[in-house]
Amino acid sequence: MTRRRGVRPVLFGIAGIMLLGVVWEVYKALGPVKGVVINGLTVLPRTDDQSMPHLLTMVTRLGEPVLAEPGSLPLWQVVATSAGFTLGLAAISWLIGVVVGMLLAVLMQRFRTAESALLPWVILSQTVPIIALAPLVSGVGSQVRFGDAVWQDWMSVVVIASYLAFFPVSIGALRGLEAPERAAVELMHTYAVGWWTTLLRLRLPAAVPYLIPALRLGAASAVIGTVVAEVSIGLEGGVGRMMIEFASGSSGDPGKPWAPIFGAILIGLIAAGIVALLGTALKKYRRGEIAA
Amino acid sequence: MTTPAVTASSVSKSFAVKGGSVSALEGIDLEVAAGEFVSLIGPSGCGKSTLLRLIADLDQPTSGTVTVFGKTARQARIDQNYGIAFQQAGLLAWRTVGQNIELPLELHRVAKPTRRARVAELLDLVGLTDFADRYPEQLSGGMQQRVAIARSLAESPELLLMDEPFGALDEMTRERMQNELVRIKHETGAAVVFVTHSIPEAVFLSDRVVVMSPRPGRIQEVVPVRLGATGERDENLREATNFFSTVRAVREALHGVPVAESAARGVDIR
Amino acid sequence: MRSLRARAIVAPAAFGIAVLVLWQLAVVVFNIQPFVLPSPVNIGVQFAQDLPIVWDGMIITGTNALIGFVLGALAAVVAAALAASLRFFDQLTQPIVTVAGVIPIIALAPVLYTMFGAGAETSRQVVAAIAVFVPVYLNTLRGLRQVKPVHRDLMRAYAASRWQATRTVTLPGALPFVFTGLRIASSLAVISALISEDFGGPIDGLAPSISSAAAYSNYTLAYAFVLGAILLGLTFYIVTLALEKLATRHSPLPNERPVVRT
Repeated sequence: MTRRRGVRPVLFGIAGIMLLGVVWEVYKALGPVKGVVINGLTVLPRTDDQSMPHLLTMVTRLGEPVLAEPGSLPLWQVVATSAGFTLGLAAISWLIGVVVGMLLAVLMQRFRTAESALLPWVILSQTVPIIALAPLVSGVGSQVRFGDAVWQDWMSVVVIASYLAFFPVSIGALRGLEAPERAAVELMHTYAVGWWTTLLRLRLPAAVPYLIPALRLGAASAVIGTVVAEVSIGLEGGVGRMMIEFASGSSGDPGKPWAPIFGAILIGLIAAGIVALLGTALKKYRRGEIAA
Repeated sequence: MTTPAVTASSVSKSFAVKGGSVSALEGIDLEVAAGEFVSLIGPSGCGKSTLLRLIADLDQPTSGTVTVFGKTARQARIDQNYGIAFQQAGLLAWRTVGQNIELPLELHRVAKPTRRARVAELLDLVGLTDFADRYPEQLSGGMQQRVAIARSLAESPELLLMDEPFGALDEMTRERMQNELVRIKHETGAAVVFVTHSIPEAVFLSDRVVVMSPRPGRIQEVVPVRLGATGERDENLREATNFFSTVRAVREALHGVPVAESAARGVDIR
Repeated sequence: MRSLRARAIVAPAAFGIAVLVLWQLAVVVFNIQPFVLPSPVNIGVQFAQDLPIVWDGMIITGTNALIGFVLGALAAVVAAALAASLRFFDQLTQPIVTVAGVIPIIALAPVLYTMFGAGAETSRQVVAAIAVFVPVYLNTLRGLRQVKPVHRDLMRAYAASRWQATRTVTLPGALPFVFTGLRIASSLAVISALISEDFGGPIDGLAPSISSAAAYSNYTLAYAFVLGAILLGLTFYIVTLALEKLATRHSPLPNERPVVRT
């Protein structure tokens, strides 16, 4: 979150990330090839080219073809396609998570009993690794049919990722819906307007400052959920699966496994960027918000 | 005689608390005539705000009845017979000053041109015409409170309910706001029920001051203020001898004894 | 008041029990096969029967999570202290932490397995440590900057030295924020340690056990491992929560919402 505009923070940001690169290269040059091993435990990584490729290797590898055979597409293009696929799944999951999370928050705000009954479970489920269920979702899904349509693996990925995205949204939205000061709520009461008008005119606008961080967190969760679910469900096409494939089949090609990582970083940044744009569009409702 | 603005008969209100209930108001009988300015004053816990909330139908009495212009408080709220201002301005941060004043008109589906005209009028009334497009955070506390008052007047109610609207303001702003309220009251002719804990404020503004005592909240005494019509009071009154004598009368009513014997009983005697 | 407290306990408990009962009934009445969804009773029985192997998985995943948690939290507190006192360090690290907060850290797991050896647990601990670092760093930093103006003025008026002010005002004030960060991080540690197991490395821990039980069509056992993972997550959360309550029992609650990610 950059509140302070200007060139300085950007310059420092670039410097910080470059510093990270320098640390990488310096350790690679000076560190022992077998890594620092204490009592048989590798505490600092190995420095051979396969384990820690030069940064330049990672970057140049992106421009080279994926496979040695002729007609193979450049690596960056293949990664970009997969990243687009993963981003698409994450976006669908995020939207579902946001809709369900908002509905649940509105339900909890409206009915105190629903809040008492559900909120502890929502909070509790955030603390436990629900993602462990990922490999088992396809089993349930295989029983679901809509006419001729069959349950697809990508749907299982979406189920898991949207599940992860919905928690932060529902909690943030609930806090936001309950944020208006008492005087404002009573004012709406004195205007003799109903719950629905109060929701639209007061509670939803007042929830925006709470909602934006929740949406950002939800987007990050959706991305993580998609990548992990791709791996544990075994869905082809996205960066998750690509990470596993490239990591296992890349001896002598150390730059290659880094490409899907850059893809994943890019997805995370794009997702955060989209939420930031949304936040800018809703700027009017974020007056008086403290930079989180 | 016209229908009184507010009638409370044998009103009691108790709240449930841990291990029982506490009585906030007991046996309140009060009538506020149309166009009359009545202040409710008393120490913390005397139920003055509670009484105002009952009139506004923000809470319901445990027993007794409250009527507003001859209707139930609830009906009066639904019919929008009153305007209200709280201690906090309660402005919506995402709406400009103009849009905040416009809110009740918008909610009650007043046509846009009418709304525009009315907002302009009200902005002029509270002297904020130049600030119509500002946002609340860009305004001082006094200005925010003026917006809230303009908003409470938006639908030209014949009854204004005000719950310590100047409580959070500094002394100088407060006096200026009081002068403005006197003028606004004069121009609109509305009845006002005004909750305060400042004796001079109550005296300066009111036709009658209702002095309340705590635990349980009761009406201790009603002090008539004979300082001329409320609409014609001005700054000079603050220096007048009969102003001070009325302040003294209210103070004695509050303490139940002559002032000298009860120096500090927690009532703000500004 | 009593009815309020009753609702806070009875309502969620009733909801939880209702879900379990409906689940059990649905499985029995509709004759749902275990590969779709085993019944809660069967999962419980399986969990009890195979407790030793589930326990082994919990210990492995839990140890990785714990090591990652401790390393990540220590690094985060030290880094936050540096950032609070050295402006350039703050400016250098801020973008990195901001980026780390929005990207899937787990993506690093495959290359970490190459860097630290695929047979060792180290890379899982590193993934957990990085995931833990972010919320602890952000919350600690906010806490260190949270000194109330009135307290700062008081310290100036006492002519207190920088260290005295740090010790008496800054650190105690930051403590609730540190613990808020730790509480968020405790769940992240378990989740990260668990999911990094799916990305390679030794075939032990809970996640590979879930996958292999599912691959051998032993779905009830897979769910028993999931139950183990849930219990592990809960244990981490509850222990951190208890530590938080213990350490901050005299502090006012932090009145601002916690930073989960910037």
